[in-house]
Amino acid sequence: MTRRLSLAPWTYGFIVALAMWVATSAYSGIGSAGATLSGALAFGAFSVVVGTGQMFVVASGPGNIDLSVPSVLTLAAYVSMTVMQGSDGMLLPGLAAALAVGAVAGAANFLAIIALRLPPIIATLAWSFVFQSLAFNLGGQATLKPPAGLSRFTSLSLGGVQIMPIAVMVLTLVAMVALKRTVWGRQLLATGQSEPAARLAGINVAGVRLMAYMLCGTAAALAGFLLAGFSGGAALNMGDAYLMESIAVVVLGGTSVAGGQANAIGIWGAALFFNLMSTMLNTFGIQAGVRFLLTGALIILIVALVPRPRVR
Amino acid sequence: MSDTAARVSARSSSNARPALLNALQVGLPAVALLVMLVIIFSIRPAAMSYFGFHLLFKLSVPLVFAALAQMMVIMLGDIDLSNGAFVGLITCITALYLQDAPALALLCYLVLIAAYAGFGLLIHSRQLPSIIVTLGMSFIWLGIAVILLPAPGGAAPVWLAAFMSWQPPLMPLSIWLAALAALAGHLVISRSSYGAVLRGAGGNPRAVERAGWSVIGIRVTVYASAGLLACLAGLTLTGLTTSGDANVAPAYTLLGVGAVILGGGAFTGGVVSPVGTVIGALTLSLAGSLLSFLQVPPTWQIGAQGVILFLVLAGRVLLSERAR
Repeated sequence: MTRRLSLAPWTYGFIVALAMWVATSAYSGIGSAGATLSGALAFGAFSVVVGTGQMFVVASGPGNIDLSVPSVLTLAAYVSMTVMQGSDGMLLPGLAAALAVGAVAGAANFLAIIALRLPPIIATLAWSFVFQSLAFNLGGQATLKPPAGLSRFTSLSLGGVQIMPIAVMVLTLVAMVALKRTVWGRQLLATGQSEPAARLAGINVAGVRLMAYMLCGTAAALAGFLLAGFSGGAALNMGDAYLMESIAVVVLGGTSVAGGQANAIGIWGAALFFNLMSTMLNTFGIQAGVRFLLTGALIILIVALVPRPRVR
Repeated sequence: MSDTAARVSARSSSNARPALLNALQVGLPAVALLVMLVIIFSIRPAAMSYFGFHLLFKLSVPLVFAALAQMMVIMLGDIDLSNGAFVGLITCITALYLQDAPALALLCYLVLIAAYAGFGLLIHSRQLPSIIVTLGMSFIWLGIAVILLPAPGGAAPVWLAAFMSWQPPLMPLSIWLAALAALAGHLVISRSSYGAVLRGAGGNPRAVERAGWSVIGIRVTVYASAGLLACLAGLTLTGLTTSGDANVAPAYTLLGVGAVILGGGAFTGGVVSPVGTVIGALTLSLAGSLLSFLQVPPTWQIGAQGVILFLVLAGRVLLSERAR
């Protein structure tokens, strides 16, 4: 393709997000600009956590995707809320329980893929039904309340700077370094680019993928834990929005669905874009149907317009 | 990857083996379907009748068509995440316009099918990942449906509702429709020479291109036919529920994918079986009834459906291993 546009693909999310932030602030007054941004950062943080996990899985090769993200998120939230029983003293055991649920779920996903030789879409879909059932039996229709300490942490801000989005940004940095500088990160991208070549190079392909799926499960679980604190408890439908969103932020963030190429920082741009867009359309008082329509059109437009590196 | 390689080499080495494999791929969901029916009939012998079959399979008709639509797209190596939302949109249009303004309704269907084809063209010409484009499409369909019909409502045309509750001779309507759809799909996709080209366009687009076919044309045709099949799913669903609802069918997207894979399809493209897909769709829609017959508590029913999916697919792996 032409090289007129030399901007990296992942910057588009940030640019569109910025445009929406400006538009929203212009419409409802400069005074609200800070509140708009901090809201988008807080909600965006959850999308980023979930999306980062999904990114590892997507990067591990063509066809790899984790559809069990929403159900793992919900199940981990229910398990951790049950462990903590609303007491601040149990915060760490609760977090550990959530992360353990995520890691086990990720391992179960990969086991089904490798042992039954199922396409990842089907394996993770079937597991998501099982996880959903487990969460349903654990909590039923009731909303399980989080400990006050967790709720305080998720909305804590020091000197006007929110802590949780900052923590998630640190996670993004760690993910970037893991992809670029660690052996596992390089092996993951090599596996994603060409499985036979990676195998011939002596990479334990199955081990690398297992790690990707476990990280994805753990990330979804962490998001569930935090989201339960942020939104006042674990609820059965809390993960629903994150199925499509986790895929969308990964792809719009510049990660190739063909695998072998990942971009951690781009996920932030895409997540901010999603959240600022819904804020903007809400501020403009646009009805739900038009909102969906514009969301879809923008997703397609961004994917279609962004120049992508030609693979192969 | 190694799986496909093995399959390809098995195909070239002998002719008998792939035939056996194909038979197994279609046979396995069929066996699963039979096992489920046997269990249901042993619990409730009264279900083994025309009316019993009618009740058991009534709701499978739209899923059969939605799964076939998904199959067309998977055949090209793509995936369609907008299938369920599109079916929902069609129910809205049908319930709103088909009775009073049939011309308008038909025009809407045509425009939407053309839009489907247009997105196929976009995916092809810009080499976009279908998963994200169809994800965007799903929001567009949902958006249009919510604009047209913010809350579930409208009414199905009388003739459509009457057709869906019609009780034809020999077999219930759902079985007739499934059989006809499977037969038509088999003749067009699996038997005809054009079907071989279509499957080839998924398996090895370059080869098909070099043989003088327009792969762009094929993709547009396939997406248009996927839109048409999803239209049929929406029409039959409206006939069953007698109203329109934007959010009636999101589950069809992934159930359809499940049916295609159960029926022996593969995401690599080029490997699909219409007969298998139809049987897969029947199996998945029967799984729900089976679980209530077994008195599985409602909280475990979703999970048990996941387990059934695993069991059937695990059987496929074991069998194809033995065949090799």
